[in-house]
Amino acid sequence: MRISLQEARDRIPQRDTILETTVRLMVPFIQLYGLYVIVHGHYSPGGGFQGGVVLGASVILFALAFGLPASKRYLSESTDIILANTGALIYTGIATLCALLGGMFLDYSALAKILPIDPISWHSHGIFLVEVGVGMGVTTIMVSIYWDMASAGRLDEGL
Amino acid sequence: MNWLVTLLMVSGVFFFAIGTIGILRLPDFYSRLHAAGKCDTLAATLAVSAIALYNLHDLSFASILVSWKVFFIVFFIFMASPTATHAITKAALIVGVEPWQRKGTRK
Repeated sequence: MRISLQEARDRIPQRDTILETTVRLMVPFIQLYGLYVIVHGHYSPGGGFQGGVVLGASVILFALAFGLPASKRYLSESTDIILANTGALIYTGIATLCALLGGMFLDYSALAKILPIDPISWHSHGIFLVEVGVGMGVTTIMVSIYWDMASAGRLDEGL
Repeated sequence: MNWLVTLLMVSGVFFFAIGTIGILRLPDFYSRLHAAGKCDTLAATLAVSAIALYNLHDLSFASILVSWKVFFIVFFIFMASPTATHAITKAALIVGVEPWQRKGTRK
């Protein structure tokens, strides 16, 4: 006997202790790992996109275990959108700043005119700053896509 | 140390093989999930522990750190795999997947 999705949703109990305990234990470690991947992105495998996906997946895991409204208390919708736009702004802002300071688009060595350190080490720091922006954008957009797809755009109650 | 690593790795492969046979041969969703969940958890724990021990051939700080991270992977597989199996089984039960029964058994 198979039942419809709506019927299944009605039958699902609201809380599951095993799932909630495991998720509560794992989410901080997943987020720590995501931050590690973002921060080490410019000289080891990983980077803003991969770390952002890990961070976004931790929030999605939280939403799967505790329900979509609980995850919106954890990361509200307006915060989500603000962080996504700030991430995009950091990326394009730094890139445009390089162009305005006389370099090429995303040419980090031009940033040495603001803070006079070695242009070669500005390459490393500039990539790091851009990666932080990419990470913020990817995290929040991942969560936003999950919210929209899980609740068919109504953002009230997910899977 | 090498014999312990070999023992752990061989037993891990053994349990992986058992789990694979279980997934292929068992009759329905629940029993297949039972084979996959239990055997894969134990086998992955044993195999990844073997990797962590193998990495400890010299007791330098770097190799201890890498082994410590690998043991974290073991811990999280040990946590996450049974929980995922539990969640899938519960979802299947709610949606109404019927457990297999031998023909002629009374319900």
